[in-house]
Amino acid sequence: MIEIKNIVKSFTDKTVLNNVSFAFEKGKTNLVIGQSGSGKTVLLKCLLGLHEPEKGSIVFDGTNIVGKSTKNLKNLRKQIGMVFQGGALFDSMNVEENVLFPLQMFSDLANSDMLDRVNFCLKRVNLENVNHLYPSEISGGMKKRVAIARAIVLNPKYLFCDEPNSGLDPYTAILIDNLLQEITHEYQMTTVINTHDMNSVMEIGQKILFIKDGKNVWQGTKTDIITSDSKALQDFVFSSELFKTIKRIKS
Amino acid sequence: MGLIASFGKYLLFIAEVFRKPERRSVMYKLVVKEVYELGFKSLSFVVFVSLFVGAVVTIQTATNMTGSWMPRYLIGYATRDAIILEFSPTIISLLLAGKIGSNIASSIGTMRVTEQIDALEVMGVNPATYLVRPKIFALVFFNPFLISLSMFGGIFGGLVAGTLAGECTTAEFITGIQYDFNSFKAVYAIIKTLLFAFVIASVSSFHGFYTQGGALEVGRSSTKAVVYSSVVIIVLNYILTQLLLN
Repeated sequence: MIEIKNIVKSFTDKTVLNNVSFAFEKGKTNLVIGQSGSGKTVLLKCLLGLHEPEKGSIVFDGTNIVGKSTKNLKNLRKQIGMVFQGGALFDSMNVEENVLFPLQMFSDLANSDMLDRVNFCLKRVNLENVNHLYPSEISGGMKKRVAIARAIVLNPKYLFCDEPNSGLDPYTAILIDNLLQEITHEYQMTTVINTHDMNSVMEIGQKILFIKDGKNVWQGTKTDIITSDSKALQDFVFSSELFKTIKRIKS
Repeated sequence: MGLIASFGKYLLFIAEVFRKPERRSVMYKLVVKEVYELGFKSLSFVVFVSLFVGAVVTIQTATNMTGSWMPRYLIGYATRDAIILEFSPTIISLLLAGKIGSNIASSIGTMRVTEQIDALEVMGVNPATYLVRPKIFALVFFNPFLISLSMFGGIFGGLVAGTLAGECTTAEFITGIQYDFNSFKAVYAIIKTLLFAFVIASVSSFHGFYTQGGALEVGRSSTKAVVYSSVVIIVLNYILTQLLLN
């Protein structure tokens, strides 16, 4: 579980996060939603220890990471898996080497065991026979799946995803969403997903934090969204004609 | 950013590069890979340039030696000194700053803008140590070989051009390159080479590492890497010459 309390983060004179509090639960897909520029990515970077908040606390299962040095964060980072928006796969490595990388850096397994683990993770994300392809040779959806395989290869306790299905077609996006939800339940991870994709919200939003202008405006589950009386949330979620129609039918 | 602030940032970056690596075995493999990528792949370029510049230096020297009282072996002597003292260590380093420096800055810069460096950091890997140290070690290790090869290439080019043009005989040229040889000149050249190799790798990596933005900024970082590496090499060249030869 990750608990954030009264997080404040500013850049020069602009406050990007203003007293944001939330509890990201273990074994659930926790979604952070909001418009572009609302502060989602900054919040994620604070959780990852890439940005230091001015105020507040970020507690990973009892350990507050605010104010800790990079050296002290090292052990925690080994328990973190991260799926970046563009995948952030290493261009100079093939698929197998990309997934193998965290194992080579941090595990003491024998080479054959490492390769077994890599193949297991690739199979888990439904990728086979792509081991020797380079990131430039695979599709966007495959890149995301390789990134997920790399993120889970060390059996992390925490999984972070920044817009995991941006730039993907709706079908592949749902596959990725379902995969993330399955993995979260299977490995009992605390998963935090940044998204502004409403399909994802309705598909896997087990716990949702809605941020607007750096403030925590609403929190709940995907089923609470329909009945919510938060105008900001309603305007954001039901901005498209499709979702307006769905809402009409549901209500 | 001011020059002093940039220099301070560069020093902090170098301190970060020389932190203890996560895995030494991985580091060795990376150094070997970089020796191949940055050093070995520059071999043909260095030899090609050296052969032709050596040839030009010889012909120009011969053209300027108009007095019949001047012994022809001086052509070999002048070519040797020009190649060993200045052309191979400095000019080849400047060319390598262009070839290798832009490669380093653009590859690291691209990794920065595509979040690959963030990915390393999130995994708990020190990106400066992992990405930059192997490049510095590889260049510092391999550049003396490259420059030595350039010296041989340049002098050989001069020998071929000098004899083909009929400016001197092979024996005269060889007498020239052996005449009054001081081995410290070679040591001086290698000292310069080692320092220039460090400058090329570290300054280019520094500019790539702190790239912000997108493709346009990667291009700008690449240009800056070449310009700053070249400027530092030129200034260091003067300082080292003053210190070591004067």
